[in-house]
Amino acid sequence: MEIFGIPTQALFGQLLIGLINGSFYALLSLGLAVIFGLLNIINFTHGAQYMMGAFCAYFLLTKLGIGYWWALAIAPLAVGTIGMVIERLMLARLYKLDHLYGLLLTFGLALIIQGLFRNEYGTSGIPYALPQELSGGRNLGFMFLPNYRAWVILASIVVCLATWFVIEKTRLGAYLRAATENPQLVQAFGINVPRMITLTYGFGVALAAFAGVMAAPIYQVNPLMGADLIIVVFAVVVIGGMGSIMGSIVTGFALGLIEGLTKVFYPEASNTVIFIIMAIVLMIKPAGLFGTQR
Amino acid sequence: MSAVHELAPDAASRAEGLAHQRIATAVMVAFFALAPLVAYPVFLMKVMCFALFACAFNLLIGYGGLLSFGHAMFLGTAGYASAHAAKVWGFPPEFAILFGTACSALLGLVTGLLAIRRQGIYFAMITLALAQMVYFFYLQAPFTGGEDGIQAVPRGKLFGLLDLNSVWAMYALVFAVFVGGFLLIHRAVHSPFGQVLKAIRENEARALSLGYDVNRYKLLAYVLSATLAGLAGATKVLVFELASLTDVHWTMSGEVVLMVLLGGLGTVFGPVVGALIIIAMENYLAQIGSWVTVVQGVIFVICVLTFRRGVIGELGRLIGKPL
Amino acid sequence: MFFKPSCFAAVSLAFAASLAQAQISDGVVKIGVLSDMSSLYSDIGGGGSVVAARMAIADFPAKGMKVELVSADHLNKPDVGSSIARQWYDVDKVDVIVDVPTSSIALAISQITREKGKAFLVSGAATSDLTGKACSPNTIHWTYDTWMLANGTGNAIVKTGGDSWYFITADYAFGLALERDTEAVVLKHGGKVLGKVRHPLNAQDFSSFLLQAQASKAKIIGLANAGGDTTNSIKQAAEFGIVKGGQSLAGMLVFLSDIHGLGLDKAQGLIFTETFYWDLNDQTRAFAKRFAAANSGKYPTMVQAGVYSAITHYLKAVQAGKTDDGTKVIAKMKELPTDDPLFGKGTVRADGRKLHPAYLVEVKKPSESKGPYDYYKIRATIPADQAFRPLNEGGCPLVK
Repeated sequence: MEIFGIPTQALFGQLLIGLINGSFYALLSLGLAVIFGLLNIINFTHGAQYMMGAFCAYFLLTKLGIGYWWALAIAPLAVGTIGMVIERLMLARLYKLDHLYGLLLTFGLALIIQGLFRNEYGTSGIPYALPQELSGGRNLGFMFLPNYRAWVILASIVVCLATWFVIEKTRLGAYLRAATENPQLVQAFGINVPRMITLTYGFGVALAAFAGVMAAPIYQVNPLMGADLIIVVFAVVVIGGMGSIMGSIVTGFALGLIEGLTKVFYPEASNTVIFIIMAIVLMIKPAGLFGTQR
Repeated sequence: MSAVHELAPDAASRAEGLAHQRIATAVMVAFFALAPLVAYPVFLMKVMCFALFACAFNLLIGYGGLLSFGHAMFLGTAGYASAHAAKVWGFPPEFAILFGTACSALLGLVTGLLAIRRQGIYFAMITLALAQMVYFFYLQAPFTGGEDGIQAVPRGKLFGLLDLNSVWAMYALVFAVFVGGFLLIHRAVHSPFGQVLKAIRENEARALSLGYDVNRYKLLAYVLSATLAGLAGATKVLVFELASLTDVHWTMSGEVVLMVLLGGLGTVFGPVVGALIIIAMENYLAQIGSWVTVVQGVIFVICVLTFRRGVIGELGRLIGKPL
Repeated sequence: MFFKPSCFAAVSLAFAASLAQAQISDGVVKIGVLSDMSSLYSDIGGGGSVVAARMAIADFPAKGMKVELVSADHLNKPDVGSSIARQWYDVDKVDVIVDVPTSSIALAISQITREKGKAFLVSGAATSDLTGKACSPNTIHWTYDTWMLANGTGNAIVKTGGDSWYFITADYAFGLALERDTEAVVLKHGGKVLGKVRHPLNAQDFSSFLLQAQASKAKIIGLANAGGDTTNSIKQAAEFGIVKGGQSLAGMLVFLSDIHGLGLDKAQGLIFTETFYWDLNDQTRAFAKRFAAANSGKYPTMVQAGVYSAITHYLKAVQAGKTDDGTKVIAKMKELPTDDPLFGKGTVRADGRKLHPAYLVEVKKPSESKGPYDYYKIRATIPADQAFRPLNEGGCPLVK
């Protein structure tokens, strides 16, 4: 059986791969959406923080002999902590201003971080081995699925849904959302709003670092690995609806699928398709697919 | 975009503000007229091209409150169009520039009709999306030569008389284009059209209720900005004798935002100073090799944390008059 | 050749000692290394090219001639590169620009160099147009080009039975040129091309393209891309079991630094063409050791070695011709045979193409590698007269 000249079997394979890439988009855009939703800052350092996560995994392995599984926990904590320091020292001064300033500051930070890593490690990347437990793969009949890729989908879905649950369904999440609507009021309830915001930023950054560790074994660990990603991920957030948690998750996966199909039918356009979709969505639904216009 | 209002403390309109602005304009014109005696002319030409580009961008955000994140498409479109016209069709330089500028104006009209229906960050994202599509078009279109670009664009003879291969003739042309474009923007801002634009920026609903066709004014500002950005792009192509993908890439759209913010958003002279600083950084920091981007990053961070109004904005505050 | 190289060089040096200064502008030969120090290609050329240039100047027995070195980062932007080049020529009295990765920038600077009558030695850029339709009497293309890569790798693989191909191509002029040239070679030797897919630059994920290549059942998957795109393709091909499934990868444009970044377990068995490898002979080994000591342990790529070799020959020609006038020096460089420790003996052709042998290399298995950067096995040496595009096929106007 064929669809548009492509055997159905092959199409399944391509869709599955699209879903895997979608997992990365979802993780990254989720972090960006959390930060934008609660801090009103467009975090242009996100790509650099994703890269730092991957590098952190590499350092842990080569300098301390700590493997992939621990890195999955330690790298987000470490990079998240650095993120919180940045938030306290710099971003905290910008909340009352236009988001342009947050964008400019984080853009500058991304230049610095990427520049420093590049000066130290060059641009051809550093190898990071697949964890033993996940090497190999299985034949699904229509394609060979490496075990690691299956793990990426699984881990991404679990983390995304857990984040959504915490923010939308728990008391802590309710405080967070309330604090963005009316910080004074929440403060009056005896909640330390600035600390909550710092932790939120740290969490968003930790998500980026987590994605970075996930990416380390399959992409090159490279100082520039996040440089071009930010604009795509940002588009995902806009399509999903700025600040909508579920929106960014669903859109992340969906765009992975669409991009996967584009890679079969018109591969040259696979980096552009996301922007075409963004333009169409914004024409029809200005606040994004899942957003509400504030 | 009430926030942009805060950024652009009513720039430059009241009558008493105008006298010192005339002086400042004269100083700027004199600077660019005399600078080539000491500084390298090609560097200054590049600064003027980008200054005009930044001014065009500033017209849209500083006075119209619209943040475009796709302005590179106008710079690049005019560049490719004029390069192709001059090289393949053998247009003389004045027509090549005009043709390129007209192409950008047309692109501005088409994209503007789509984009101005949205506001704030959504406007920015639509312009980004459109610019990415335009980028893709130029990447695919055979006449642009892919990443090799259109090379060896002939400068030709202006009006069939002035040989632009002479540095001074080229400088004079770029100088004239820049000053002309600058004064045109200045004029537009202080015209009734500019006043309405500002009224829309301050309070769109009120302007609408006063009977202004808000969208038409916005579209006009957008097309004007696109046209002038195109003028800058077409001129730049003649200066460097090449058109390349760098000019349509999204990082170029980002760079112009940085120039305007660094110089002072919504100020008259900010974009010029911002362009001067950024281009000088690119040019002179190049000697320190791989540290360029790090130093750029540090400067942006310091700028945002300490002098947010931009160089000219802070200066204007210091002397108590808008610049 | 008109002269025996060694004899000619000795004579010219003897004369140069006394007369060199006469025609040299402001008494200084100023060399500018313009490279990508901060983005995609900074490991291929970048700071390493500056190190190589410094070594070439230090190693050259310059008598009565002052040589200075400047360097800059073109940020991979054509307008930045071209304004630095103009400023160097017009204001800073630079006599020759060296390296310049990225074809668009190299083409622009070749044009400027010609206008200003200076000299331009390309090591980092790949496009064979530099000695084809865009050739210039002021430019020499030193190290490699797309035609040579395609020819060397394509030829060797088809001859050893790899007769069906699938291309994964970067949708960029250099990718398309590599694909076009390789396809021509494959077809010429009786092979066939089963399909091709073009991906955007910096695509990160190649699994989709690799699956398409896998489905084609081609014996050889040709990677007509560069840098991170190539390394990610190779890495992911290993992950998806493509090499284990019996298909082989052929890199069209691969550098030593890419292999270092991949690690041998991922890169092993990869076949491609280079014009320089540090472990060729005692001289190259000695150079690599000194180079690595000055370049934080990183070994030289062929681009960096090319910078060394090009500057050495340039200085030789300046001394022999007693002038640093760009057009004259380039003419002299074409006249003199080249000889340096890295590329051995060679010549510069009328169209500006430097000729030297090319090496078809295969990446070693981890078990075969005995030390740092011990990565390649030399499978074949392609002699200088066969490695590059024949003079009459390039369409260079200087040749007619």
